[in-house]
Amino acid sequence: MMNISEAGGTAPVKVEERLFQNRYMVDAGRPHIRIRPHETPSKALLAMTRLCPAGCYSVNDRGQVEAVVDGCVECGTCRVVTAQTGELEWNYPRGGFGVLFKFG
Amino acid sequence: MIEERFDAIVVGAGPSGNAAAYTMAKEGLKVLQLERGEYPGSKNVQGAILYADALEKIIPDFREDAPLERHVIEQRLWTMDNGSHVGMHYRSDDFNEERPNRYTIIRAQFDRWFSGKVREAGAVLLCETTVTELLRDTAGRVIGVRTDRGGGTAFADIVILGEGVNGLVGQRAGLRPELKPDTVALAVKEMHFLPRETIEARFNLKGNEGVVIEAMGTITDGMTGTGFLYTNQESISIGIGCIVSDFTESNRTPYGLLEAFKRHPSVQPLLEGSECKEYVAHLIPEGGYNAMPQLYGDGWIVVGDAGQFVNAVHREGSNLAMTTGRIAAETVVWLKRRREALSKANLSEYQRRLEETFVMKDMKKYRKIPDFLHHNKHFFNLYPKLLSGAAQTWFRVDGVDKRTKEKQIFQSFRAGRKLSGLIGDAFKLARSWR
Ligand SMILES: Cc1cc2nc3c(=O)[nH]c(=O)nc-3n(C[C@H](O)[C@H](O)[C@H](O)COP(=O)(O)OP(=O)(O)OC[C@H]3O[C@@H](n4cnc5c(N)ncnc54)[C@H](O)[C@@H]3O)c2cc1C
Ligand code: SF4
Repeated sequence: MMNISEAGGTAPVKVEERLFQNRYMVDAGRPHIRIRPHETPSKALLAMTRLCPAGCYSVNDRGQVEAVVDGCVECGTCRVVTAQTGELEWNYPRGGFGVLFKFG
Repeated sequence: MIEERFDAIVVGAGPSGNAAAYTMAKEGLKVLQLERGEYPGSKNVQGAILYADALEKIIPDFREDAPLERHVIEQRLWTMDNGSHVGMHYRSDDFNEERPNRYTIIRAQFDRWFSGKVREAGAVLLCETTVTELLRDTAGRVIGVRTDRGGGTAFADIVILGEGVNGLVGQRAGLRPELKPDTVALAVKEMHFLPRETIEARFNLKGNEGVVIEAMGTITDGMTGTGFLYTNQESISIGIGCIVSDFTESNRTPYGLLEAFKRHPSVQPLLEGSECKEYVAHLIPEGGYNAMPQLYGDGWIVVGDAGQFVNAVHREGSNLAMTTGRIAAETVVWLKRRREALSKANLSEYQRRLEETFVMKDMKKYRKIPDFLHHNKHFFNLYPKLLSGAAQTWFRVDGVDKRTKEKQIFQSFRAGRKLSGLIGDAFKLARSWR
């Protein structure tokens, strides 16, 4: 996962520290979200590097957007934001896999 | 998957699906309910305030064993700027009634409890099962579902879609359009644990009394959205949400916004020393009446968030979910008793019944609000600042006479927004509210 941080007061805000508390059943080798191969990401896809609440998206050194969805909380924001551009293939994880909220 | 035929299949075990499955099973229908999570609630997020009335109409004695946290005796509405808040607090001992009206709950626990009732009523629940598509006959009628359990299928006279806001099944079947970034909010939330006594001391509570805080203002950095803080027995739920299209335009991250809210001087002392045990995110459909899709068709009905049933102004969603689930189920039971087909024409009875309840009346009443808030960002940025400035001018005793203070306050509003704009905003708000 990417090191996404933001000055939100005195200390940087890291999303990994938050996700660390959560429980997941990762469907190894079967990511439920895939980015279609692209040269240059749309503005919408690029926005996900900031907008994804689990920090799943990052930009590689060729300027393309990559996703590691192990920490995904299945909110669907990236699906809605990129619906117009069609850059994502988005499915729910297989039954029983993915995030497991203890409290919700 | 399952060879037998069912009277009804319910997709999802959130409040809408559970209300529907319970109501039908209790009336003797053969119900199959499918849930993608390991257990009901494992994928679900809410603030969470439970409105007793909606659940009472389904399970009248729910208070006996439902996992309720605290009954709400005090509501705080805060307008915040960066270092202050102007609050309206309403606290009443009347809310310490025998059958309280609102409770805080923890959704993963509540959904499990509700699901237990559904199974007791006789419905068959299959968890860890994601519905992947609707099955139709040659005439286009929905006749069942396909699942990801080895591609297994199940058939029924009706499929009730309680699949929530991110409802892929109905959307992919073309029953409703894709969600739009300007009609959904993204909310992030954390669960902070504190000893019971600490919560009671900090919020001036005894026993199971609870406080809820709803906040708006500069905490959303100019975006349309709100923050909330709810007291549970031994934890505090804190979260913040904004319209997705506003998020895409801003330079903020959702967790950065939540962190700043938590560190606000009005909030930070309430959370002091707590331990965060979970971080979640979820969408909320906030397009209101104008974003509502077709609600029924040949062999299918949509209930809850999937049908956009949320009153964002009042933070009501689970009650609309339960009510739409119940009424959909009652309509199905009624049609089955009369041996009538579950066709589009006959299922219009569902909408007709909804029109008679608070559900449609409120959805209609507030139909202009989402658009209004989207285009009047002053309510989230400028006005909270002006309000705080005015309060501070008024309360600070510093040798300035009161008439001059009045003038200063009036001038600060005029400087922030032209008089015509101020009056216009008040007028537009009043009209949207009507
Ligand atoms: C942060 C936040 C705070 C809120 N606060 C409040 C509040 O205080 N009070 C209030 O009344 N409302 C509140 N709401 C709204 C409320 O949570 C929703 O309106 C309510 O949960 C809707 O219920 P539902 O049953 O329609 O959908 P959900 O609760 O989302 O349930 C849908 C279910 O369907 C399952 N599912 C989805 N797709 C499939 C599939 N393909 N196959 C199988 N299963 C599937 C999901 O796993 C889930 O269990 C809040 C929402 C949020 C996000
Ligand atoms: S669904 Fe939500 S959490 Fe998961 S990758 Fe998309 S935006 Fe991130």
